[in-house]
Amino acid sequence: MLAMLHQTYPVLLDGLMMTLLVSGIALLIGCPLGLLIARAALSDSRAARWTSGIYRSFWRGTPILVQLIIVFYLPMSFGLKVAPVLAAIVALALNTAAFQSEIYRAGLSAIPAGQLEAARLLGLTRAQILVRIEAPQAIRLMLPALISEALALIKNSSLVSVIAVTEITRRAQQIASATFHPLEAYTLALVAYLAIAAVLAGAGLLVERRLAHGGSR
Amino acid sequence: MTLLSPEFVALFIRAFAITLGVTAAGLAIALLLGLPVALALRSRRTVLSVPARLYVELMRGAPLVILLFLVYYGGPSVGLLLDAPTAGIAGLGLYGAGYFAEIYRAGLNAVPPGEIEAARMLGLGRTQIFLHIQMPGALRLILPPGTGQAINLLKESAVLSIITVPELTKTAGEIANLTFSAVTPYLVAALLYWAAVETLARTGRAAERRLGAAQK
Repeated sequence: MLAMLHQTYPVLLDGLMMTLLVSGIALLIGCPLGLLIARAALSDSRAARWTSGIYRSFWRGTPILVQLIIVFYLPMSFGLKVAPVLAAIVALALNTAAFQSEIYRAGLSAIPAGQLEAARLLGLTRAQILVRIEAPQAIRLMLPALISEALALIKNSSLVSVIAVTEITRRAQQIASATFHPLEAYTLALVAYLAIAAVLAGAGLLVERRLAHGGSR
Repeated sequence: MTLLSPEFVALFIRAFAITLGVTAAGLAIALLLGLPVALALRSRRTVLSVPARLYVELMRGAPLVILLFLVYYGGPSVGLLLDAPTAGIAGLGLYGAGYFAEIYRAGLNAVPPGEIEAARMLGLGRTQIFLHIQMPGALRLILPPGTGQAINLLKESAVLSIITVPELTKTAGEIANLTFSAVTPYLVAALLYWAAVETLARTGRAAERRLGAAQK
């Protein structure tokens, strides 16, 4: 296995970078989108709540693999060719937005209504209230849940290998078929994912400790 | 539309049944195997708790597809030859057990120690305490995340298509090839998954209500 690692680490490292890139961009796009969906879920407008509900129901109620394939093939049936990486990022972003919106919804509901009223009386616009008052507090409250969503997203990103995006899983498949050593190749991929999970878990602990000291009021 | 011709409808029904079947089998393994792992996690003996913790972190840190590849493609190198559905069910079950172990552990931890002491004073044995005091007490806390995890396993079962299990997602792909309509079969599959997920979620909520009413 070490011999294989020595031979293939540039390829695996390349895959790791692709995994982190695709997941990272999807996570960032999912953030404002998730906030928007959460805001719609808490809206006074029935149409907004309904739309938000349908969105969350679809993206949380169907397998990410099926969502990915639909996002990849849908533009093709209109004659548009979309790069696999782009389809992967879009599908993962739309998926994580739904899951993130549940986290933000809980976070936004936890903010006292008095604060929002005060902000409104001080003349802040709706957008300002969202960006300046609600989002910072909600994000701080919900950071632990966001970290586990990030881990789920990275694990989900393994499925973009089916549309030939060369992330860790795809690279491991290539190594497995080139070397005829699938056990070793997939074990290396497993170790890479576990390393990411360990780093995220460590970051989570660090954040929780900091919040426990500085975040209380 | 050709997609609604009787042969495709029959294919979808068969594939949906296979999806439900592999999910149920995987869920059963996860539910059963999760319990001893949870008990090992709670054990004071490190020979039990450390391997259990490693198992849980391994299953929760790894994508299901990698676990399936290891079992299905890596297994033969160590003499483990399984057909695709068996490897898929085993992978789904082992994976789910890691999550259920944590769910059980959290539920069992929440049972007040006073109740267990009282049961011991009344002369109940360890097994009796576990079955009649700890498990019923924990059940209320296990049910909501347990339902969520069952739903996750149902959705994750789509990954079994990658190791060629002829379940819903795999069949949608085959129908897409036959009809030259790339998206519609997957939309039908999505609808079926969604219906199954909604049914599970509703069943879970109904069970929670009944349990809540029974304990009040």
